[in-house]
Parts: sequence; structure tokens; C-alpha cells
Amino acid sequence: MKKALSSIYIIIIMLFLYLPIFALMVLSFNEAKSMAVFTGFSLNWYVELFNSRLIMYAVVNTFTIAIISATVATIIGTAAVVGLDAMRPKTQNVILAANNIPMLNADIVTGISLMLFFLILRVPQGYMTILFAHITFSIPYVVLSVRPRMNRKTDRLFEAAMDLGASRKYAFRKVVLPELRPGILSGFLLAFTMSVDDFIITYFTKGAGINTISTIIYSQVKIGIRPSLFALSTIIFVVAFVALLIVNIKSKKQEVELVL
Amino acid sequence: MIIANKKWASPFIIWIIIGTIIPILSIVYYGMTSKDGGVTFANLGAIFSHDNLQALELSLLLALVSTIICLLIAFPMAMILKDSKYGKQGFLIFVFILPMWMNFLLRTMAWQVLLERNGVINSILTAVGLPRQAIMNTPGAIILGMVYDFLPFMILPIYNVVSKIDKHLLEAAYDLGANKITVFTKVIIPLSVPGIVSGITMVFIPALTTFVISNMLGGGKINLIGNIIEQEFTVNSNWYLGSGLSLVMMVFIIISMLLLNKFDKTGGASLV
Repeated sequence: MKKALSSIYIIIIMLFLYLPIFALMVLSFNEAKSMAVFTGFSLNWYVELFNSRLIMYAVVNTFTIAIISATVATIIGTAAVVGLDAMRPKTQNVILAANNIPMLNADIVTGISLMLFFLILRVPQGYMTILFAHITFSIPYVVLSVRPRMNRKTDRLFEAAMDLGASRKYAFRKVVLPELRPGILSGFLLAFTMSVDDFIITYFTKGAGINTISTIIYSQVKIGIRPSLFALSTIIFVVAFVALLIVNIKSKKQEVELVL
Repeated sequence: MIIANKKWASPFIIWIIIGTIIPILSIVYYGMTSKDGGVTFANLGAIFSHDNLQALELSLLLALVSTIICLLIAFPMAMILKDSKYGKQGFLIFVFILPMWMNFLLRTMAWQVLLERNGVINSILTAVGLPRQAIMNTPGAIILGMVYDFLPFMILPIYNVVSKIDKHLLEAAYDLGANKITVFTKVIIPLSVPGIVSGITMVFIPALTTFVISNMLGGGKINLIGNIIEQEFTVNSNWYLGSGLSLVMMVFIIISMLLLNKFDKTGGASLV
């Protein structure tokens, strides 16, 4: 009885989560522009999507920004964890509290604060300002993913390596980095996803004339939804599905902490 | 032994100062300045104007309602996931993480397509002979969108906590004569507080400050505080007023954080 109830509950929640997405998927193959009636199968909207320069540029921007910002954030964040380890606990706590601000703050506030900052400095807003903003909100996630790996065990292993005659550099490369690696990897993935998924902060820091996938969806929805967006969401869903599947399989193998 | 020099953290510290602290101070600066450069509280006081106050009240109400709905849906879900054989990193968790990987604008757009006057739901209703429903552009539609977008953020932290509850504790409680209800209220719920708290934070604050969901599912007719702030920056270009209202909103964010921190002793560690 209890089992049946929980199965029904799971099914209802799954329908709630997935029916809207599947409705879009079905409509993306619709012949007509209708948002309600399926008139026949066609790939017209996929053709329109791939012919849209605006959307294709946005896709390129989204992924280059995500890769660059995640890489920079991972380097700065990992270095930060290593450096923090040498500080007094009190200092560490103060810095970590500041580190939490962008994570806990509302995105709209983070976005506005950066926009004002760029306005005050008279920095023209565009690709570079988006990049700066994305690195800013990604670093905290990297720090929080890597830090638990910088523990006593890592310290001891480092000492042991030094005792056995390794140089500082060698011990760091061969002992400390491999210990941190799962955290670094999940931090990078988290930063990458956060960047791809972000809309609000990008919206306030992008300026005119540049778009990411999120901002283009928002501007198109305002004008009127075209089914090419359904095609886009179908593709994004499939890509996310495959990517997550790979991450899941890999994380089982290498014991990377599963990312959101 | 110290692995490396403190200096390794300096790019990070500089980045926090430039990227986080100075920008937030600039909100404070603009929020407390009038257009001609003097210090003023008028931008903060603007929250008491009829329209703004109404928007703030509606935001608080909608955020509260959708947080409660998320919590009511998520807790049983987390308990089911905990007992499920698909357990950690299994199929079910995968199912709940997957929608989060899809752009939330597309997810919100999906509901727009479903709820529209000539949308999917209404054409199904008319096909079976029922009257059309005007769900779109109502506060109800916004709550629906919030619950849909933020539900996984409630399920995951609660699941993370309940799945780590030591089974021996529950057994001990039963051995000492507790019944199911007592075990649930006296053992399971108190132990899952950190997860509940981070879930509430991760739903309430985005819901309170959203302007996207209200714009897309409210048809631009329902103004939340997020919409008003967004318009001050993008339409009216009145950064002073926009910053002032943002400061007021930050006060509400800080209050809810402080309230929640009282219950969560892990210091937000369950957020990630």
C-alpha cells in the first residue's frame, strides 16, 4: 500500500516536471506555428533555428563564456584554497564569509551591483563584462567544492612526501593536486553549468548588441514565441541529458562528487 | 606543515574586493544619493509609495506561498527517495537534477505555452467539452511557475540531509517505544532542519526577487518588486531609485538569512 502510494506520488511529480518539457518537444516537430494543435511532422523549426545567425552567435557566446569563466574561476579558486590553508582560522573565516556573498545574494542584486560598478568605471558593457561577472559568481562554487579536499589527510600526505625527499614543487604536483582533483573537477563543472544557465546577471551586465542563449530567449519571448525556440529547448534538453549521463557514469568511476 | 604561501589566495581576495564588495558598495552609494549628488533617504523611502508597497507585499506573499508548496511537495519526495532502492546517484536523483540543467527561461516558457489562451491546456479542455480557463496572467500562474522552477532546489538539500540520517537512531527510537509519528516529529524532522533551511533559502530568495517569471507568466500586468527594480534600471534608467529599492530588498534578504541561520548550525554548508 505504502509502496503504491509512493510510486503514484513519484509519477505525479515526474509528470509535473516533464510534461511541459515534452509538450515543447512535440511542438518543435509541428508543421504549423500553432501552440496547441499538432498538424503534421516537420523539421522546419530546426531549419529556422540553425539559419538564425542571432541564435547561433548566442550559442557560441554562451559556451565560450562558460568555458573561459569556469577555467579562470577554477584556477583562482583552487589557488585560493591552497593559500587559505596557510592562514589563521580567523582570517580564513572572514574571507570565506565574503566568499559566500555572491552565492547567497539574490542574482538581481549581484547583477545590478556589477552593472553600477561598470557604469561608475565607464567600462563599456559587452563580452568582457559578462565574462568578469561570470568569473565573479563562479569562484565561490569552486572554493566550496575544493576546500573540503584540503584537509588533514592532504597535509599529512604532503609532509610524508617531503620527508621522503620530494621537493615542495614535486610534492605539490604529485600529492596535493591529485588529492584536490575531484573537488577541482566538480568545481569546474559547477561553474560551467552556473555560467550556461545564468540569465539575470548576464542580462544586467551584457550591454546592447551581445546575447547569450538565455538573453536571446528572453528577448524573443517578449516579442512573441516562435516554435524555433521549441526546437532550441529540445536540443538543450537532449544535450543536458547526454552530458548529465556522462558525468554520472564518470562520477561513479572516479568518485567525483555529483554536481547539481 | 604549510603546503604553500598565503600569497596564492591574493588573486581571489582581490577578485572578491573588486567583483563583490565594491559593486555592493556602489548600490549603497547610488541608493543614498539623489540625482544632484546630495545624500538622501528618498530612494529608500520610495518603497512606501502605494505601487511599490503593493508590489513588495505581493512578492512576499507569492514567495511565501510557493516556498510552502515546494516544502510540502519536497519533503515526502525526499523521504521516498531516501527509502528507494535507486538510492544515491541513482535513476531518481538523475530525474530530478535533469530539469535543472535546462535553461529556466525555457522551462518558464513551457508553462506559458501550456497556459496560454489558445495554449495546450485550453485546447485539451475545449476538446473534451470543458470551458476555457484563464490561468495565464494571474498570480496563480506565477506561483505555478515558481514552484516548477524551484522545486528541485528544495528536494535536493532535503534529500541530502535525510539520506544521511543514521538508521540506528531511528531503530533506537523505536526500541525505546516511540511510534512512527513520534519518530517522524522527534527524530527525522529535527535532523533534517539544515536541509529544510537551505531548501527554503534556495526557493524563497529567488522567488522573492524574480522578475522573469512574473514577466513571462504574468503578462507584464503583475508587478513584483523585482519587476519594479528591473524597470528602474532598464526602462527608466533611474539608477538612484533602483538602487534604493534594491537596498530595501536586500534588507529582506538579510532578515530571512538571519532567521534561517538561527536554525542551521552548519553555516550554509548544505547549500552545495
